[in-house]
Amino acid sequence: MGNGADGIFFLTGKDFNNAGTASSNLKAVLERMGIAQDIIRRTAIAAFEAEMNVVIYAVAGMMKYRVTDTEISVTVQDMGQGIPNIDLAMTEGYSTAPDHIRAMGFGSGMGLPNIKKNTDNLSVNSIVGEGTTLEFVIQIKD
Amino acid sequence: MELQELINSLSLEVKTPELDLHREVTGGYASDLLSDVIGNAHKGNIWVTLQVHLNIVAVASLKELAGIILVNSRNPDADTLKKANAEKIPVLTSTLPTFELVGKLYALGLRCR
Ligand SMILES: Nc1ncnc2c1ncn2[C@@H]1O[C@H](COP(=O)(O)OP(=O)(O)OP(=O)(O)O)[C@@H](O)[C@H]1O
Ligand SMILES: [Mg+2]
Repeated sequence: MGNGADGIFFLTGKDFNNAGTASSNLKAVLERMGIAQDIIRRTAIAAFEAEMNVVIYAVAGMMKYRVTDTEISVTVQDMGQGIPNIDLAMTEGYSTAPDHIRAMGFGSGMGLPNIKKNTDNLSVNSIVGEGTTLEFVIQIKD
Repeated sequence: MELQELINSLSLEVKTPELDLHREVTGGYASDLLSDVIGNAHKGNIWVTLQVHLNIVAVASLKELAGIILVNSRNPDADTLKKANAEKIPVLTSTLPTFELVGKLYALGLRCR
């Protein structure tokens, strides 16, 4: 490789018809860079789950990525309701998704655990009433 | 088992006729919860669901699934089919409810793996 890349995508709350666009764009960037399939798959899954949470629970947000020779780091930051108890939110099965969101297939409380499972490092910071910032890293092993 | 064989055996309706249906199906997963599918389905699986929103295509593509079967003759949204064609994810429908369709898939030898 030898070359890095970085970029940013904007996310809009409640915009379900464009939801998933940022993560598929990120996936396309990584494919163009020739990153290994497995690394791309894990990154895309984590990015999709984070993106959907912004669409569902926040007003707006952004996804920033940076790719180096050794790792992919992604920051998903939103303006939204925030998470009062992060440990609880990270628990598999815990969800506050309302019924109309559940009807679309969300709300199993597995999004954050899926991010955790697919990344090498995850940090979640949140201020109630202001927003949430997720940062995750996927190591690129050669 | 090949997807085309499965379509014939179960008389599935193909909603994405432009796509190549000669692809290997490694197993199956049934769920209406997207993150459950992301967490637990395997590459090459056929996915049985009643969800018709276009996000099912994003999930199937992320997990490299062999295709999606909608149960109870559910009709996919127009946007879903557009995205399915773009992402090359076959979308099929069955008149059967989930329970019966999954029983038949199991009888054909598919497992959750
Ligand atoms: N960006 C966010 N802003 C505010 N709350 C959030 C955010 N992300 C997650 N949460 C809270 O954490 C809970 C768990 O999130 P998680 O993604 O694990 O599950 P879910 O979104 O409820 O369901 P699933 O992801 O399985 O469809 C959510 O129900 C919500 O209460
Ligand atoms: Mg979620």
